[in-house]
Amino acid sequence: MTKLLEWVGGVLVLGAAWALVTFDLLDLSLPQTYKEVAWPMPLYLLVTFGCYSLATVGYRVATFNDCEEAAKELQEQIKEAKEDLRKKGLKI
Amino acid sequence: MASRKTSQRSQPDGDKYSVLLPTYNERENLPLIVWLLVKYFGESGYKYEIIVIDDGSPDGTLEVAEQLQQIYGEDKILLRPRAKKLGLGTAYIHGIKHATGNFIIIMDADLSHHPKFIPEFIEKQKEGNYDLVSGTRYRGNGGVYGWDLRRKIISRGANFVTQVLLRPGASDLTGSFRLYKKEVLESLVEQCVSKGYVFQMEMIVRARQLNFTIGEVPISFVDRVYGESKLGGNEIVSFLKGLLTLFATT
Repeated sequence: MTKLLEWVGGVLVLGAAWALVTFDLLDLSLPQTYKEVAWPMPLYLLVTFGCYSLATVGYRVATFNDCEEAAKELQEQIKEAKEDLRKKGLKI
Repeated sequence: MASRKTSQRSQPDGDKYSVLLPTYNERENLPLIVWLLVKYFGESGYKYEIIVIDDGSPDGTLEVAEQLQQIYGEDKILLRPRAKKLGLGTAYIHGIKHATGNFIIIMDADLSHHPKFIPEFIEKQKEGNYDLVSGTRYRGNGGVYGWDLRRKIISRGANFVTQVLLRPGASDLTGSFRLYKKEVLESLVEQCVSKGYVFQMEMIVRARQLNFTIGEVPISFVDRVYGESKLGGNEIVSFLKGLLTLFATT
């Protein structure tokens, strides 16, 4: 099963559950409060997920390591390598 | 040197690592990356070979590679040039054909991937007998150097979206510093058709799909020392196209 189908399946299941409660499709005579909570739920979930995404990406950008040390080490090794290669007879 | 050679030969496991270096206009970087590879493989004592696959660079990369072969020996440096610039996937296929190792290491020749991590890759692979070990910029001590805020946001954002949509079981999908079992790389390369960044992503997504095991090693990515690094609108658009293709097909 492709990821696309997994997503479509997930959305369908959730959508069906939501419609069931919100419009009381099975005539279960659910309390009014259930409907009131369920009705705006998709929007809440969307907003929550959006916030989560922004917070996660923001946090990861802020904590993305800057490898100053690695860059410095590389520069030194490049110098060393050039010298050694010249000794070994490399002509560029 | 002589004692080093005997200790290499007496390594009990007999594993050999073939490093594939696809190059295009890397005459400045190639000697340096080769020097570093020789240094770290020499220190760790693993058996290795370096396969340079030059795609007809006009800057004379191949000439430099020939000199390196003279210096380090034909058993260590193998030259498998091609006449013109072809895709990365075909470069790997071309390289694998000539590789005598049972493990293949792929990395960029532009010094953004440091050979010092290779011994860690090898230890990681042995630790869990992983089918592939991927370097990751996004976990542990991993990181980048030389990226501005814009680039970091794009990178992290793209990675997040990809993680949500594909759940690939690996943290760095577009990186190209990896160690593969030879037969695993062979079967993956055959199936992967994308280009550029997406190619690396497709490799790891398909690996997960085929139930190959994946190990990860944090790496520091030092952006191109010589030459220009690219991340323009075109790359982003082709990345999104590739992502959606994988989303619909894997």
